[in-house]
Amino acid sequence: MDFKLSKEQRDIVRAAKEFAEGEFPQRAQEFDREESFDPDLHRKACELGFVGVFIDEQYDGAGLGFFEHCLIVEEFWAVDPGISQAIISTTFGSELIQLFGSQEQKATYLPRLVAGEAVMGTAITEPDAGSDPAGATTTAVLDGDHWVINGQKMFTTNGTVADFLLVFCQTQPENPDRHSRHSFILVETDRPGYNANKLKGKLGIRASDTAEVAFSDLRVPAANLVGIEGEGFKQLNSFFNRTRLHICAQACGLARACLADSIAHTKERRQFGRPLASFQATQFKIAEMATHLRAARNLYYEAAWLVDQGKVDHGLIAMAKWYAAQMAVQAADEAVQMHGGYGYMDEYRVQRLYRDAKILEIYEGAKEIEKTIVARSLLG
Amino acid sequence: MDILVLVKNVPEAAQADLEITDDGSAVDTDDLVFAINEWDNYAVEEAVRLKEAHGGTVTLLTLGDCEAEDVLRRGLAMGGNRAVHICDDDLEAGEPAAVVEAMAKVLAGESFDLILAGVQSSDMGHGQSAVLLAQRLGLPHATMAVGLAIDGDQVEVVRELEANTSERVRLPLPAVITVQSGINQPRYVSIMGIRKVRKIAVELHELEDLDLAATEAGASLVSRRKLFMPQAGQGAEILTGSLEEVCDQAAAIIREKGGLA
Repeated sequence: MDFKLSKEQRDIVRAAKEFAEGEFPQRAQEFDREESFDPDLHRKACELGFVGVFIDEQYDGAGLGFFEHCLIVEEFWAVDPGISQAIISTTFGSELIQLFGSQEQKATYLPRLVAGEAVMGTAITEPDAGSDPAGATTTAVLDGDHWVINGQKMFTTNGTVADFLLVFCQTQPENPDRHSRHSFILVETDRPGYNANKLKGKLGIRASDTAEVAFSDLRVPAANLVGIEGEGFKQLNSFFNRTRLHICAQACGLARACLADSIAHTKERRQFGRPLASFQATQFKIAEMATHLRAARNLYYEAAWLVDQGKVDHGLIAMAKWYAAQMAVQAADEAVQMHGGYGYMDEYRVQRLYRDAKILEIYEGAKEIEKTIVARSLLG
Repeated sequence: MDILVLVKNVPEAAQADLEITDDGSAVDTDDLVFAINEWDNYAVEEAVRLKEAHGGTVTLLTLGDCEAEDVLRRGLAMGGNRAVHICDDDLEAGEPAAVVEAMAKVLAGESFDLILAGVQSSDMGHGQSAVLLAQRLGLPHATMAVGLAIDGDQVEVVRELEANTSERVRLPLPAVITVQSGINQPRYVSIMGIRKVRKIAVELHELEDLDLAATEAGASLVSRRKLFMPQAGQGAEILTGSLEEVCDQAAAIIREKGGLA
């Protein structure tokens, strides 16, 4: 057992940190306040190779693992979650194409994501189907050599900025097994019948685009089906077993930012004639935050490392995701507490981190769903 | 154009709470994060730009412990071609004359058109290694470059002087030049650059194998007597009270000292 990162992994961490620290802080508050983003930052990150490192070399990726992707995500989130999400989410769904897509789909779509020439997203959640994705009712019906798609998706990341989406559709609504009714279909967003509306007023990660999306008799070629028809739900679980690792990395990055700001503030801020950091009440908070962060990181390191070894442990990944997200929410809460009134103001980063943190317990598997998965892995 | 860049792995001390070791001989670096010396980063960037403009190679050289290899790989990822590591723990904060002697031994038989280094290192701040190396190799040198242009077999250097003045000097190549921060905007390290480093083996020299005579490396001409934190200054007066009271007191003091009519 060796807990050290390789030299190359250390170099990746350092490079990601330098880029994020050099580019994000001066724009973070503006994007958060205005719910906006500058695509130039995405372009720069792609030029430096930070986007889609897990994509195979034959499709212009770095051919690295999900673990290395996590290392980059953690460094980015340790500077600013919103900007990081706007940049990194541009490949959200490429995991599905890489796992289940045809050669032609991989060759057509993956290189454009790595180059920063395209942005993608994956539309799963619907107004009435969130934690129960098998309840999704967006339909795709074969009409000759085209799928005709109708329905509505909710909270779709990159809905208004994506060049293409993977859409989780019912293709066999009559199948008695509700987990065999769905398929992923690739939809180019410039097709007639596509409509996306940017959702304003998110609590956090406000630099990242989230939209409600509607499909109205939208036609795509039959070849846009990803993988085998009817296996969408199974594919979705495989997808989440990768992307949930990214959430863990996001959580650890966010908690690191909370810890760093809390240490700096409590050493500087004096009350009763002494720095806040000299009070045991503060020391315990800092100690707990650092310990929980380390535990969360070790948990996801193991889960991510196993995936790159070809061993996908559904229960362990769910454990890591639930624990890391909860850890980050608690870290942000304590960070604001240690900052007192200042922490309530958006001039202080911890205020933004507090708002950014909550989504970690919601997206890509609410914590209750993660615990259900863990329990199932133990109880059967 | 073949360029050599001297680089150093230094602790990031600007934001850190430094502590002196119990025996008073060194800064305790156990909890410090190490990174490339800021000035050296500009030197690497300048070298890579010159290579991109004129062709040739960039070789990186460092002397330090095994962790110091990090700064070599970083330079390779930025565009360097070759890296040489003189590995030793003791000389890490050593006297520049000894460092340069070790470098000269390793460089024997090699030739470069240009040798670049940062003006100084952010840890010990001697600002001597590159200049001493020029002396040792019998090469002309210029310090504190904020501009640098190759012109045939010469290099023209803009040196930064005090009070916003500059000096333009010409040197025949080969030459040694120390680079001031701000000469360029160093690039970020890319994932592509990092992956390229996989294919490059760092050339490793153990200091003890260099057979340096005691007079060259062992016996330093300068010995460190004590490392210490300066005492907090006396004479600061902390004003207390409400904002209005503090302002009144401050105004009274300024008036008393003749600052207000």
